[in-house]
Amino acid sequence: MSDPSSAHDRGRFGPDLAEVFGPRQQDGGPELVQLLTPEGERVSHPEFDLDFSADEVRGLYRDMVLVRRLDVEATALQRHGELGIWAQLLGQEAAQIGCGRALRQQDHVFPTYREHGVAWCRGVDPLDLLGLFRGVDHGAWDPREFGFHLYTIVIGAQALHATGYAMGIQRDGAVGTGEPDRDAAVVAHFGDGASSQGDVNEAFIFAASYNAPVVFFCQNNQWAISEPIERQSRIPLYQRALGFGFPGVRVDGNDVLATYAVTRAALERAREGSGPTLVEAYTYRMGAHTTTDDPTRYRLSDDVENWKLKDPIARLEVHLRRNGLVDDGFMGDLKAEADELGHRLREGCKALPDPQAMAIFDHVYAEETDELREQREGYASYLSTFEGAR
Amino acid sequence: MSRITLAKGLNAGLRKAMEDDPKVLVMGEDVGKLGGVFRITDGLQKDFGEDRVIDSPLAESGIVGTAVGLALRGYRPVVEIQFDGFVYPAYDQIVCQVAKMHYRSKGRLPMPMVIRIPFGGGIGAVEHHSESPEAQFAHTPGLKVVACSNPVDGYWMIQQAIACDDPVVFLEPKRQYHADKAELDETETPEPLFSSRVVRRGTDVTVAAYGPTVKTAMKAAEAAAADGQSLEVVDLRTLSPLDLGPVVESVRRTGRLVVCHEAHVNLGVGAEVAARVQEQAFYSLEAPVLRVGGFDTPYPASRIEEDFLPDLDRLLDAVDRSLDH
Repeated sequence: MSDPSSAHDRGRFGPDLAEVFGPRQQDGGPELVQLLTPEGERVSHPEFDLDFSADEVRGLYRDMVLVRRLDVEATALQRHGELGIWAQLLGQEAAQIGCGRALRQQDHVFPTYREHGVAWCRGVDPLDLLGLFRGVDHGAWDPREFGFHLYTIVIGAQALHATGYAMGIQRDGAVGTGEPDRDAAVVAHFGDGASSQGDVNEAFIFAASYNAPVVFFCQNNQWAISEPIERQSRIPLYQRALGFGFPGVRVDGNDVLATYAVTRAALERAREGSGPTLVEAYTYRMGAHTTTDDPTRYRLSDDVENWKLKDPIARLEVHLRRNGLVDDGFMGDLKAEADELGHRLREGCKALPDPQAMAIFDHVYAEETDELREQREGYASYLSTFEGAR
Repeated sequence: MSRITLAKGLNAGLRKAMEDDPKVLVMGEDVGKLGGVFRITDGLQKDFGEDRVIDSPLAESGIVGTAVGLALRGYRPVVEIQFDGFVYPAYDQIVCQVAKMHYRSKGRLPMPMVIRIPFGGGIGAVEHHSESPEAQFAHTPGLKVVACSNPVDGYWMIQQAIACDDPVVFLEPKRQYHADKAELDETETPEPLFSSRVVRRGTDVTVAAYGPTVKTAMKAAEAAAADGQSLEVVDLRTLSPLDLGPVVESVRRTGRLVVCHEAHVNLGVGAEVAARVQEQAFYSLEAPVLRVGGFDTPYPASRIEEDFLPDLDRLLDAVDRSLDH
């Protein structure tokens, strides 16, 4: 099959796409907002910058280390048969922690099924995430308590929920008041694959049309299971925003400082009533799509090795150590904390009780129907015939 | 007391619901200034403002999907799908998201949403404007599905659906919108939303119908009476849950049942009614339960839609076959 860009009819329908956007750049291109290079060097940016204390930077580092540990443990638990499946976040820690920590309490998040790092920032118990992948329920946390919606599995559907929720915030008068504890914003998470979904594009249109306080946070991890980003988009994803009438920014998603700074600015823009922003967090899925996937079938190990050099945690560690912001005591304590988390997750996961069979019938409706009540009673009666035989 | 059409009944019901609860929003294509292509939302935007009567972009999944978000924020959205055949772009949102939210959140996230769909044929329209998709939604746990058949029910049922904490797919027989008028008494107490109702007493054959075919059944009953046959007509009103108490009670007396709807017969609401009635009233039945409905074809070109739609004669033919059994 020929490359569509080479078949582009230059001149007749406009300029060559490659001329406008340049060839694909592995490093995200010159437009990438970065505050911390892969080598751990702190750089500045004219538009997005941060004035963080050492404590704050250490806090982000701690978050990333702990959610990576969460991910490693969950992956192992799946291999041990304790989880049905797990969607790994390996490599996307900075994108998720940077975004998650930029939120305010009154903000609301609509995640995909991979936002374990954002869930962490919102205070959701990681065991509740494991429960979902173990199959004990569809998500045990209260979305209203944490400002963190349930995981959405159907790709992109949550982008519309986020937009609608943001329209609700507008109607509640909780945008553009200037009161820091009142003005709220919404984050819609999705990936590069979801950018092809109708729902995501419709969400862009609704959000733009109503000027809704929503940040579309796309973690472009380069792969939608086996399909590379080129299959989803011929232009950098963040540039799509322009066509919908709002700004788009490409940030280094492996740089927690830059992701924080860009997300904070986009959230502020939303809260003050200036409407939606698309943030493309340029990152890489270091692991498989899920534990059932085998990425060696479709991508080169060279590619993975190159991205390892841009590891989000390693680069921040270099920065912290080089500047004397951490000592061995801090690192030792953090390792102990991670070990303790791992232990808690392993033991806690195995101890999660299976739901009772009759829970099948719970909460189908707010007002249960007679016919469902009859089914429930019928099955309970059927089960009771086995009593004594067990 | 006033004499109103179904369109006016629905409009008045929507207005009352919006007056009673500031969280009620109306959303859809052309529902604002235009008042909807059928004028069901006529005048609402003028009186309740653009924040509560929302003209949406032309995207059905977007309408229902954003309504999910509004409901999560505490609103009670009433969305209008412009025509039955346009609901499918929103199918994922309705079936995967709206229907399951309460269940998957362990009851923490109710979805008090009404999805209004003008349904059924008989208006001489082009493709995708005359369909009856009710079985697709009645088959989905988590949704409730109702169909009004007359102006008075339209007034009450839309208010009851909006007050319901579960998502309700609300089917409106579009060919009845501007047809017959009925006397509305706003001071009376309506029957519960999820209930069926005997609308004509009879002794020989029970006919169960809903939406546009209730009128067909009533006309059939009148014609049959002239021939000395006494039909009892039940307006099902609610399709999920089904309220078959009145049907079973009726069949215990008549021993015969014909179910009539415009939707395709195969795996339709009539199939479920037939299955349940034979479970509950097997020994009362004098004849097999018969179904009269749309054929198992795509909706035809409108010049021949009268042959597709169940009419008085096809219904009476089924009544005769039931009686002959």
